[in-house]
Amino acid sequence: MNTLRFVAKRILLSVVILFFVALIIYTIMRCLPTSYIENVARAKATQPNSKSYEEWMAQLSATYGMDKGIIAGFFIWLGQAIRGNFGDSWQYTVPVIQKFKECIGISFWMSAISMIFEWLIAIPLGIIAAKKQYSRTDYAISIVAIACMSLPTFFLIALLKLVFCIKLPWFDLIGVVGRNYAQLDAWGRFLDRAHHLVLPIVTLVLISIGSLMRYVRTNMLEVLNADYIRTARAKGLSERKVINKHAFRNTLIPLVTFLGGSLPGLFGGALFTETMYSIPGIGYYSYHAMYAGDIPFSMFYMTFTALLALMGNLLADVLYAVVDPRVRVS
Amino acid sequence: MAEDKNLHNVEDVNPDKENVSAQEEYSLNDDRRVKVLSPGAMVAKRFFRNRTAVFGMAVLIIMFIFSFIGGLITPYGESELFYRVDYQQKEYASAIENKEYRYKGTADFSAIVQAQMLLAINSHKDSFTWDKINYYVAQEADNLYRCSNEAGELIGIAYKAIFNPAKQGTSLELDALLETQKAYANGGGTYTVGGETYVMDAEGNITKDGEDFGYISVYNIQALMSDVFLSREFKEQVIAEIEAGVDDFVFTDVDGVEHEYKLAFVPANNRYTITQATETRVYDRYSAPSKEHPFGTDKNGMDVMTRLMYGGRVSLVIGFVVEFIATAIALILGGIAGYFGGWVDNLIMRIVDIFYCIPSMPILIIIGAAMDNASVPPKTRMIYLMLILGVLGWPGLARLIRGQILSLREQEFMTATEATGLSYRRRIFQHLIPNVVPQTIVSVTMGLGGTILTESSLSFLGLGVRFPFASWGNIINDVNDTYVLQHYLFIWIPAGVLLLATVLAFNLVGDGLRDAFDPKMKR
Repeated sequence: MNTLRFVAKRILLSVVILFFVALIIYTIMRCLPTSYIENVARAKATQPNSKSYEEWMAQLSATYGMDKGIIAGFFIWLGQAIRGNFGDSWQYTVPVIQKFKECIGISFWMSAISMIFEWLIAIPLGIIAAKKQYSRTDYAISIVAIACMSLPTFFLIALLKLVFCIKLPWFDLIGVVGRNYAQLDAWGRFLDRAHHLVLPIVTLVLISIGSLMRYVRTNMLEVLNADYIRTARAKGLSERKVINKHAFRNTLIPLVTFLGGSLPGLFGGALFTETMYSIPGIGYYSYHAMYAGDIPFSMFYMTFTALLALMGNLLADVLYAVVDPRVRVS
Repeated sequence: MAEDKNLHNVEDVNPDKENVSAQEEYSLNDDRRVKVLSPGAMVAKRFFRNRTAVFGMAVLIIMFIFSFIGGLITPYGESELFYRVDYQQKEYASAIENKEYRYKGTADFSAIVQAQMLLAINSHKDSFTWDKINYYVAQEADNLYRCSNEAGELIGIAYKAIFNPAKQGTSLELDALLETQKAYANGGGTYTVGGETYVMDAEGNITKDGEDFGYISVYNIQALMSDVFLSREFKEQVIAEIEAGVDDFVFTDVDGVEHEYKLAFVPANNRYTITQATETRVYDRYSAPSKEHPFGTDKNGMDVMTRLMYGGRVSLVIGFVVEFIATAIALILGGIAGYFGGWVDNLIMRIVDIFYCIPSMPILIIIGAAMDNASVPPKTRMIYLMLILGVLGWPGLARLIRGQILSLREQEFMTATEATGLSYRRRIFQHLIPNVVPQTIVSVTMGLGGTILTESSLSFLGLGVRFPFASWGNIINDVNDTYVLQHYLFIWIPAGVLLLATVLAFNLVGDGLRDAFDPKMKR
């Protein structure tokens, strides 16, 4: 009962936060001096026998619903957004939701696959590092982890492209399908896509594995220093049993929490990776929409990102309470 | 590593020596037997024991020297352009051997009649009929035909050799041209047309009244630029070289200056082109690493090494300014929230929640793109960038500080400050804030790395620091050109390595500081 009340309160709070976040983003977008509409109006006004720039601005603003004040405009947007209508994207000239549905799939699968790899690699390495604290292995793993955290994504991608696309021509530089994609059968198409997604997934794994490895190591260390581990060792249990049975199970608590918290992020897309590899996912399309000043699409994307972050926090907190019976929600 | 060793010497060897003699003088529980270190010294000792942290520190010191002192030492400016002299083969003239018939005639000699005449020539007929009129074709010489009408009047000729006048504006009438062509076919001679006497030598040079009138040849040689007049000697030499089949030749002009030319046959338009190597001053783009430019030059012809130095300066300065803004906001708001609690805390923490939730990268991209459209000057952009990054960067630290202060204010020393009647300001800023300094320093150090990463990512996208200012991010930006990615590694690899090293160093130092500040730390 207590937990339910806690969850309800958190959800309510999240809604309020989301409201203000959307308001701030909307205000920023509307206040910016130049945007998509100005560009279109300028282009149209230069055509022969055209109306003046001011007339075009007035007409286009009315068409795009930008003639209202910021607050009024925001509430109109909000009223529609609650009903799931985020308007039409200016850049892609289709409803925002339709574009989102088109591009979310590839982003999701890319993130999901890289997440699986991350966990498969980070957990064993983190545990090994903690088990042999201050050993050579520990230093190596810690430094690799911190180096991964410090890697500039764009530099990493450039290096990967240099090595695996140019020096060893194993992969294409950009794109998600090869040039003979149309001639392939269903299985061949699947393989072609998978082949093109290898480098982006490697990139995603490398840039996010560092923090996970450190997280596993820190939590494992904490558990290894706990009294019950000393007790287990004192009882004369084998080291394997201590680590695998007593320690690992307890590190699972923070890990499951972390995992739960990062699940919503799977839908957020990878802005840099998708853009630099030209993968038509949500990150790629939103980058171009934002660059063009496409207000409906950007509003949707940013609100969506904020929502995902809030959901992640909420999920982590709830999971923490669910997984760890010792936690009493206050 | 050297620093590490030194420190051990100072700390371990000297006290030992003292202890040997001291043991005899001091009693067992004498305080003087124990060397007491201040908390700061303890932290420093623990920090310097951490090898990776010391390594990070060393890297940072090198980066600072490289960026701030390097920029002063380097002989070049941040956006100084370099040029190189390039020899480019520029097309100078073209020569074509005329293989087509050319026509000249009276008004009756229309294009259709010319075509019919060509047909007759090719089929070796001596007459043809066009539009119910009969025309007669007669061969005067090789590649020279005349066309006359029924009355036997000359109405046109077809020829291949071209008359080149000595002076511009001179031209030959139909009769004169026919005679000239005849003379050329016969290998020269003297002929008279319309009362004028012309003399042609074996090479086709024509003189009239003892004056150079022009010459005739099957080659048509024209300069590419209309203001260049090709001398007779030049044209003759070109023809001789073409017939000799050479690729390049040297021509000595009237003033005795030698010019080198290259001759090439272009099959596409059946033409010889004569190119001349001209000295051109071009930007020294993408020149390979050399003594003058250790990392070569970039696409604008600027020294990459110097750009890297100034880029480091920009990245570090932006990092520090941003962290300063963010820390100031975080300390004030976090401190107030933690100290006062209640509704103030609630309000401030909700603001923190909201700011924490704003997706910063998209906002930065949108603002960057808008500044692009508004063509904001690069310097103003940099200031905006720092402000925005600072304003978006404080919530995490504010949360941390508030949590710390919340627990600190319950401690006895705070009750004491209250009892002594200190003002709120003194209590917060003199007694609480100093206690959160360790966490703040750690967070700022880690944050510096993060800020530099964000800034360079934006600059890489072209939305952060812009030309002419250098930033490690916008130096790597060249890599978007696949050719640069593949061939000019010396431009983008050093920038990436410096960036990675700096961020890594900040993270290592931050990590080391966290461990050093943590009293529970065992080693």
